[in-house]
Amino acid sequence: MDTNLALLLLLAPLAGFLLNIFIGKKLSGNVSGILGSVAVAVSFAVTLKFFLQVNGGGEPINVNLFKWMTLANFDVNFAFQLDQLSLLWLMFVTGIGTLIHIYSISYMHGDENIHKYFGYLNLFVFFMITLVMGSNLLIMFIGWEGVGLCSYLLIGFWYKNHDFNDAAKKAFIMNRIGDLGFLIGIFIIGYLFHSVDYIDIKNAITSGNLDIDMTWLGIATLCLFIGACGKSAQIPLYTWLPDAMAGPTPVSALIHAATMVTAGIFMITRLNFLFDLTPDVQNIIAIVGAFTSLIAASIGLAQNDIKKVLAYSTVSQLGLMFLALGLGAYHVAVFHVITHAFFKACLFLGSGSVIHAMHGEQDMRYMGGLRKVMGVTFITFLISTLAISGLPPFSGFFSKDEILMTAFHHNKVLWVVGSIASIMTAFYMFRLLYLTFYKDFRGTEEQKKHLHESPSLITFPLIVLAILALVGGAISLPGHSWLNEYLSPILTNHIEHHELGTTAYMLMGIAIIGALIGIGIAYFKYIKQGFVPGKDEEITGFSKVLYNKFYVDEIYTAIIVKPIYALGAFFKNVTEVAFSGFIFGLGRLANALSTQGKVIQNGSIGFYLLVFVLGICSIIAYIFLK
Amino acid sequence: MENILEQIGIDNYIYLSTLLFCVGAFGVLYRRNAIVMFMSIEIMLNAVNLLLVAFSTYHQDAAGQVFVFFSMAVAAAEVAVGLAILVAVYRNIKNIDIDNLKKLKG
Repeated sequence: MDTNLALLLLLAPLAGFLLNIFIGKKLSGNVSGILGSVAVAVSFAVTLKFFLQVNGGGEPINVNLFKWMTLANFDVNFAFQLDQLSLLWLMFVTGIGTLIHIYSISYMHGDENIHKYFGYLNLFVFFMITLVMGSNLLIMFIGWEGVGLCSYLLIGFWYKNHDFNDAAKKAFIMNRIGDLGFLIGIFIIGYLFHSVDYIDIKNAITSGNLDIDMTWLGIATLCLFIGACGKSAQIPLYTWLPDAMAGPTPVSALIHAATMVTAGIFMITRLNFLFDLTPDVQNIIAIVGAFTSLIAASIGLAQNDIKKVLAYSTVSQLGLMFLALGLGAYHVAVFHVITHAFFKACLFLGSGSVIHAMHGEQDMRYMGGLRKVMGVTFITFLISTLAISGLPPFSGFFSKDEILMTAFHHNKVLWVVGSIASIMTAFYMFRLLYLTFYKDFRGTEEQKKHLHESPSLITFPLIVLAILALVGGAISLPGHSWLNEYLSPILTNHIEHHELGTTAYMLMGIAIIGALIGIGIAYFKYIKQGFVPGKDEEITGFSKVLYNKFYVDEIYTAIIVKPIYALGAFFKNVTEVAFSGFIFGLGRLANALSTQGKVIQNGSIGFYLLVFVLGICSIIAYIFLK
Repeated sequence: MENILEQIGIDNYIYLSTLLFCVGAFGVLYRRNAIVMFMSIEIMLNAVNLLLVAFSTYHQDAAGQVFVFFSMAVAAAEVAVGLAILVAVYRNIKNIDIDNLKKLKG
């Protein structure tokens, strides 16, 4: 029974994908949207059933379908595992997935390829479920590659725009770099443990008599972390995520904010017992996370594209999650993943609602005053903005505060970096809010006439997500944490418990004051002074550096792309010329020889006969006269 | 039979057939008319047949003469095929000069 239900959970989105791709063209857009939504909703319903079962003390569900392959000295099973961690992930993947599918029915209405859109979105959910449900690293890798593919397909969904295609390729290639690291990590782990199954590896470690080379284990976890860097957009592989905003906005919300980019965090949490053994790699993770958070937040300060701001904000928040992972506080990272999924999905969908009303305009310099016409969008956006800025009692406050508190107890420098990033977050999010919703409308008269609140299919998911962003913090309140108890079977290390003492309250106070300072500066600059960012060429000084994203793309072009082009040019102009000169030379030689030989075959029978007779004569002469 | 050989001598047969063979070979090389070339080839063939018969008698061995019968039968078949080709060529180009057959070269 459980096996069948688990298969239903896995295969419902795949069925949705197949139906939409093969017969979707004959269906109307709404039907194909409903088909896609129902497919994901079925998965959500099954997940909910399992979740309640496991949360109520039930055993994790293991489904072993068949033996997939036998390598040198270990077997790989095609098996799935529904334990506390994967069910938690599936809850918000399928839950938010369903909401975003519903949202898309209205948002993508009238697009000529809407059936493909829902097909790809369903395929994405299928691969995400595979990634999360798999019981070993190779099945996770199937999902890992699959979500990368769907991300590529959906970023480049409007394929007629060349820039969008380039963004899709960039995302795919950046991810490939990380994927290679992930794959190498899997190989090393397979070599060390003779298994890639989570439970086997965990048993090998907890049994106590572990006899493996720690250096190799360190290399393995570092490689896995590189994989996580690619998928979850950390330094140095983060540049694809802001460009990925080329895709339709619901895609950005689902893939590039709530679910796919958290795959790296899922993987590290899943393998927490491995990372706990390699403290050096954990330090690297914490430092990379903290600095990604700071740099992305600072770039976010100067962006004018509403989706770009949210993209850098996502990178920054993911950095905070990696900070928590690096400090060994996996439950805190998971907590922030969940609250972030709620408020960031809501923010993206809200920005989609704004873009919908503005007929595709994404530049905040031409928005403003939307509060008056888009009431629901504004309220939900405000709630989510307060949540991401870290103000109580919104969900973001609790999760961010836990991360900063953990950082404070481990490493003060990382705490300072994280806190600065949080203040910046509060600033740029309110900058976004003020520029978009306050003051007067700055677009054209034509646009102003068409401004409208979005239809209920768009506002319904916004309201649900805003409520979750408001109350989501309740799953792990300081002092009494449901989440920590729920996750305790997954995490091998004892969960650190921070007493609710003076330090904790002081840190909360600092965090709140920091957020208020950020908000205050934004209020002063954009409401009191009514400042509107100038045209691109008017930006000067440090904000120009920020606006141009620290010139990271240009630096990558200079130190990686250009040398590779130069190497390619070298091979093309020197090596290939030399080799092909040699090969073609041989060809020309054979050709020249055969041209000479051709003369002999002139078609004259008399000549043939003469040669024939002379030949016979010379043979006879040779035989008898030698 | 022995009388004939005694009277004439095997060497004269060899001279005759060598002469006939050379006449045939030069005919093939010199003439351009396909039928004449054919005749020359037949002369060469018969020169060889003559030599075979002469030696067969000389060695008192009938195998040589039997072999000549076979060779003549095969030659007859070959002539039939060759002449058929010549007729076909003539029907196409209205002459049988072998220089015209250069056109067959691809």
